[in-house]
Amino acid sequence: MDFLSNLISGLSLGSIYALIALGYTMVYGIAKMLNFAHGDIIMVGAFTIIVSISTCGLPVWVALILSVVMCTVLGVVTERVAYKPLRKSEPLTVLITAIGVSYLLQNLALLIFGSSQKSFPSIFDISSVHIGDLSMSGESVVTLAVTIIIMIALSLFINKTRAGKAMRAVSEDKEAAELMGISVNKTISLTFAIGSALAAVAGVFYGATYGFIGPYTGSMPGIKAFVAAVFGGIGSIPGAMIGGLLLGVLESLSKAYISTELSDAIVFASLIVVLLVKPTGLLGKVIKEKV
Amino acid sequence: MKKNVFKKAFAVAMSVMMVGAFMTGCGSKSGSDENVLVIGGSGPLTGDYSTYGISVKQGAELAVKEINEAGGVNGTEFKLVFEDDMADPTSAASAYATMADNGMQVGLGATTSGACLTAVAEAEKDGILVVTPSASQVECAAPENVFRICFTDPLQGAYAAQVIKEKNIGTKVAVIYDKSNDYSAGIQKAFVDKAAEINLEVVTNQAFTNQSNTDFSVQLQAVKNSGADLVFLPIYAQEAAYILTQAQKLGINIQFMGGDGLDGVIEKAGEANVSALEDVLLLTPFFAKDDSDFVKAYRDEYGTTPDQFAADSYDAVYAIKAAMEKSGAVPTDSDFNEKMIAAMTEIEVEGVTGTMTWDKSGEPDKTAYIVQIKDGKYVEFN
Repeated sequence: MDFLSNLISGLSLGSIYALIALGYTMVYGIAKMLNFAHGDIIMVGAFTIIVSISTCGLPVWVALILSVVMCTVLGVVTERVAYKPLRKSEPLTVLITAIGVSYLLQNLALLIFGSSQKSFPSIFDISSVHIGDLSMSGESVVTLAVTIIIMIALSLFINKTRAGKAMRAVSEDKEAAELMGISVNKTISLTFAIGSALAAVAGVFYGATYGFIGPYTGSMPGIKAFVAAVFGGIGSIPGAMIGGLLLGVLESLSKAYISTELSDAIVFASLIVVLLVKPTGLLGKVIKEKV
Repeated sequence: MKKNVFKKAFAVAMSVMMVGAFMTGCGSKSGSDENVLVIGGSGPLTGDYSTYGISVKQGAELAVKEINEAGGVNGTEFKLVFEDDMADPTSAASAYATMADNGMQVGLGATTSGACLTAVAEAEKDGILVVTPSASQVECAAPENVFRICFTDPLQGAYAAQVIKEKNIGTKVAVIYDKSNDYSAGIQKAFVDKAAEINLEVVTNQAFTNQSNTDFSVQLQAVKNSGADLVFLPIYAQEAAYILTQAQKLGINIQFMGGDGLDGVIEKAGEANVSALEDVLLLTPFFAKDDSDFVKAYRDEYGTTPDQFAADSYDAVYAIKAAMEKSGAVPTDSDFNEKMIAAMTEIEVEGVTGTMTWDKSGEPDKTAYIVQIKDGKYVEFN
């Protein structure tokens, strides 16, 4: 019984990681860059909800749409301003720029909202689900369901639509895709737009689950989700889902049975082990360079 | 080489100018106003801990204003000089120097423990009386010239265990604490030690750190499985808000109780989560009763409800006043410091954080209230 309830805690935690990891892995898979600001876009999405509901008194559905629009615009704008000029430079340059964007967003939020955490309005009224002695909070059940739906929708989008085909082409070879008449810039913008919209969704569920949002809220879950994405094989959409859930369960179980203080160390150490054994992650594909 | 010479010359010139500035500062301020007692305080007015410093500053300001409006003490007016130390020991040293240049004759601690240790070390050399409102680390009140208003961490932990046992609030206690925080870990240790001594059963100790302070489901699950009937939370309000809201979501219905760090949890949790705080107990020397004169005056002045820190600092200024009344000392006395320090052990102060007396150790002898949260308000618990 103990074990089962800890497992459920892990799944709840993992569903949040998985939701964030989907955005990470999507951007990496297509644009081949690690968007370290992804976690902070989540924070922006959550703050948008707080401002529109608590301060402006807007209805929940308007706030949700505003949050998605805000994050999408933010994602596209950061891509245009910060990443696009670096399209031809070293991956390391882009990575450092992404870290810079992350700090910029955190400090802007610190300036606007102050350092103390703000409480997140209750937007879903879902009672927790009980099975015998076990209980899982309603938010976690919904998060898990939404993550699965988004995972399926994203896979379908990338594999079945024309835009998805263009994304896959860009991911494989930018120059060749351009020669085939695909607009690389538009495709990458679209990728960022979708990735950031996913971040907004993750922000909403993070806020609903934990109830409080501060300027640094996005950073730790962002890093954990990145680990989850690598764990599952970065670039692979089902991999992000599996990686996120596994990471959450691993974290919960190590908290419960080993040490609450060492749980993060264990989580990150396990990433190292996975990468040693299977460098591409659990579901990662080995891409052969064609000469 | 040439550059170095330049640099040195520049440095010398700067130091001469600075010393000059300091000296004029001394000459014009200290000693010239015979009927003014300068109280120097420091605390974080900017940065992550700024709420504490601002509260301490405002509490002291209010007390100084009231005392001056009532005509001062022994014909002397109070004047408060308050510097920003960003809760940082190094900045606290320069804050102390600035205050000394402004003619400080009594120190109002430093707000936070680390900074206070620096300030106290300087004050011990100068021999001036220091009353610290809120530095809770034991060593802060070690010198003979330092007196404290708040509880020390170990004292609070031991007191909590005793109250739980005496009032029979719980028989099987679980503790959730922040292992990465001195305040929390200090209380937890003293609590567990005292509990063992008085046969209060502690069924589980669940730790977290400042890196893992958002998800508490595992700790709460462990608490639930331990069969505890009371959860003791020697932590700060933000983490407590997380724990209480998550406990509600998980359907865990155990009595929660916290120390003075939980002060402010109602504001932190926000209106949306008021129901999660229902029935939570706080063991604290101060809580803001709507009808108290201090709370009303503070609200009129600053528009916010005073917290623990403001109350401690308000009491600290009144303790200084009481010591002056007792000793009859005035700032121009050559033995002003000695008279004031001696008087501190003879006074009794009926403050907003309780009635206090001090012995030579500098620790306050006072009691704490148990308050309970009902409908988002504090009420007294019996």
